[in-house]
Amino acid sequence: MKGFIIKEFYHIFRDVRTMVILFGMPVVQVLIFGFAISTEIKDAKIAILDYSRDNMSLELSNKIISSDYFILSEILEDENQIETVFKAGKIKEVIIFGDNFARNLQKEQNASIQIIADASDPNTANLLVNYTTGIIRNYMTEKMGKQSMPIEINTEYKMLFNPEIKSVFMFVPGIITILLMLVSAMMTSISIAREKELGTMEVLLVSPLKPIQIVVGKVIPYVVLSFVNAITILLLAFFVFGMPVQGSVILLLAESLLFIIMALALGVFISTVSNSQQTAMMISMFALMLPTILLSGFIFPIENMPEVLQWLCNLMPTKWFIIIVKDIMLKGVGLAHIWQETFIITGMTALFIGLSVRKFKIRLE
Amino acid sequence: MRTILFILQKEFIQIFRNKTMLPIIFIVPLVQLMVLSYTATFEIKNVNLFIVDQDSSPSSRDLASKFKGSPFFTVVDFSVSYTVAEEALINNKTDQILQIPPGFEKEIISDKKSSLHVTTNAINGSAASLMNAYALSIIKDYNSNIIVEQLGLRQPPDPIRISSAFWYNPELNYFTYMVPGILVLLVTVISVFLSALNIVREKEIGTIEQINVTPIRKYQFILGKLIPFWIIALSELAFGLILAKLMFDIPMLGSLGLIFFVASVYLLVALGLGLLISTLTNTQQQSMFLTYFFMIIFILMSGLFTPVQSMPEWAQWMNKLNLIAYFIDVMRMILLKGSAFSDISRQFFSLLALAILLNALAVWRYRKVA
Repeated sequence: MKGFIIKEFYHIFRDVRTMVILFGMPVVQVLIFGFAISTEIKDAKIAILDYSRDNMSLELSNKIISSDYFILSEILEDENQIETVFKAGKIKEVIIFGDNFARNLQKEQNASIQIIADASDPNTANLLVNYTTGIIRNYMTEKMGKQSMPIEINTEYKMLFNPEIKSVFMFVPGIITILLMLVSAMMTSISIAREKELGTMEVLLVSPLKPIQIVVGKVIPYVVLSFVNAITILLLAFFVFGMPVQGSVILLLAESLLFIIMALALGVFISTVSNSQQTAMMISMFALMLPTILLSGFIFPIENMPEVLQWLCNLMPTKWFIIIVKDIMLKGVGLAHIWQETFIITGMTALFIGLSVRKFKIRLE
Repeated sequence: MRTILFILQKEFIQIFRNKTMLPIIFIVPLVQLMVLSYTATFEIKNVNLFIVDQDSSPSSRDLASKFKGSPFFTVVDFSVSYTVAEEALINNKTDQILQIPPGFEKEIISDKKSSLHVTTNAINGSAASLMNAYALSIIKDYNSNIIVEQLGLRQPPDPIRISSAFWYNPELNYFTYMVPGILVLLVTVISVFLSALNIVREKEIGTIEQINVTPIRKYQFILGKLIPFWIIALSELAFGLILAKLMFDIPMLGSLGLIFFVASVYLLVALGLGLLISTLTNTQQQSMFLTYFFMIIFILMSGLFTPVQSMPEWAQWMNKLNLIAYFIDVMRMILLKGSAFSDISRQFFSLLALAILLNALAVWRYRKVA
C-alpha cells in the first residue's frame, strides 16, 4: 500500500510540466482576477457631438472627460456619424449637446443633452448613462447653486463584510473552488482512466492490492496537492489583496479537506463510467468547468436565475462550498452557521463514493 | 491530395465510432448554450429586504409599504431589533436591511430633516451598489412625496433636460449580449480540446509510430487532423446560431456569410493552438492541463463577462494574443450592430496572423522521429 502511494507520487512529481502548471496556475489566476478582472467601468471611450460649442458646453464636456470613467476618443460633426463610430466598435457612448446650450441654460433654464449608448453591452451601457447623468447633475447644482430640499431624509449606507467593495473578495472563494475541483476531480478521473486505457490497470487488478486500496492510493497524492494549492491561494489573497480570514482558519482548512474528498470521489466516479482519457476529460470539462463557473454563484448571482436553474444550482457541490468559504472568510461565522452546507457536501461525498464502489469493476471486458 | 483524403477518412471513422464522444461533441454544447445563457446576467431582479422599524409611526409604515410595493424588493421579515436583522443577513436570509430609527416621523415634522440606515451585504460589490441605488430611488421618491404632502411644494424641473437612448438593444436584454459570446466559447472549447488531445493520444498509445513510418508528409498529416475538427466546429457554430435565433431571438443585423468567413479563419487559430499544445506534450493529461490553463485565462480576460476597456494597460496588451476576445468582438459587432468587413478588419487580420503563426509553429514542432 505504502509502496503504491509512493509510486503515484513519483508519477506526478516526475512530470515537470504538469507540476509547473499545477503550482503556477493558482498564482496566475489569483493575480489576473485580482488585478485585471473587475466589474467596474473605467476609461470608456466616448464621442461628443456639440452643436453649441459655447463656453458652457465645453466646460461640461471637459468635466465629463476629465473623470476617470471616460476618455474622449472622437469629436463628431453630425448625427450620421454616430452609426459609423458605433459600428466600428470602439466607442461606447455619444453625448449630444443641443443648440445654444449656454444661452438656453442661463436664460430659459431649458437646455438639452442627449446621451446615446451602445447597448449591445447592456450592463456597461446602463452604467455609463448613469455616470454621465450624475456628472451633468453635479454640474447643474454647481452652476445653479445647491437647491436645498425643504424636507431632507439622509440615508446612511453601510457595506457589510466588504466595506471597500473590492471585486477580489467576491472572486477568491470562486477561484479556490474551481482549482480544487480541477486538480481533484479532473486529475484523478484522468489518471485512473489512463491506467485503463494503457492497460496497466490490469496489472494493478491482479496484484494483491484490494480495489479500495488502489483507489485510495491513487487519490492521496492529489489530496496533498490540492491542499497545498488551497493554502497558496489563501496566502496570496491575504498578502497581496488584503483579504481577511475573519473566521477560524482551522475550520476553513477542514472544510476545504472535505470538499477535496468530495471532488476526488466525483473524479473516481467519472473514471468508472468512462473508458478513455478523452471521454473522462470531456465529461469533466463539460460537467465541471462551465457549470462551476456559471452555476455556482462565482460570477453571476444565483438569486437572479430562473427557478429551474436555481434548482440545478442546488445540485452543484461548488455552490455550497463557495457559500462556506465566503461565510468563514468574510462573515467570520462558525460551524453553527454553516452546518447545513457542510452536511450537504458530506452527503454528496457519500453518494459519489457509493456510486463508484458499485460501478468499479475488478474485471476487464 | 489522395493521401489527405485517406487520413480524413480515418479521422472521421474514429470520431464517429466513439459513442461516448459523439453526444459530448454535438449535444452537450448546445444544451449548455441554452442553460448557461440564462445564468449569465448581472441584473438584480429581486432584493430580499429586512425592515427594522423602530419608529412604528404612520410615516415609517408608509415608507415600508413603498418598499413592499416595489417590484425589486421582497420584504422577508420585520423586527424592531437590528441584531435580529443582522443575524438574518449573516445567515443569507436577507440581502439588505432598512433601519428606520426611533423618532423618524417626529424629526421630519419638527426638524424637516431625518435619517435612515441601509445595511447591505457587500461581498458581491457590484450587486451591492445596485441594491443601494434601488433603495435610494425609493427613498428619494418618498422624500419628494412628503414634500408635496406636507408643504404642498412641487420641485421645479431640472434646467438641463437629459434624455438617453440605448441603441441596438433598447430593452437592455442581457441575452442579446451573452448568447453570441457563450456560443464563441463553446465552439472554441470544443475545437481547442479536441485538437489538443488528438496527436498526443496517438503518441501515448503508440500509433503515431505507425504513421511516422508511412510516406505521409508532415503537412498532410496536420491537415488531415485539422480538417475534420474544422468541419465539426463550423457546423456546431451553425447549429448554435439557429438555436440563438429560435430560442433567444438574437438580432442578426449583419451578414452571416461574413461571420462564417471570419469563423473559418478563427477556427484555424483555435485548432492551431490545440495542435501546438499537442506537439509540445507527451501525455493527454499534460495536454489537457495545459489547455485548461490557457483556456481559463483566455475566457476570463476575453470580455465575455467583464468589460475589456476597464482592464489595466498590461492586461489589454496581453489580450492582443487572446483569440477568444477577437472573435467575441466580431460576433457581437456583426450580429448586434451589423458591422461590415471594414469595421472588423483589425480583428480579422490579427486572427489571420495568429492562425499563420500558430500553425507554422505546430508544423515545425511536429517531429516525425520519436
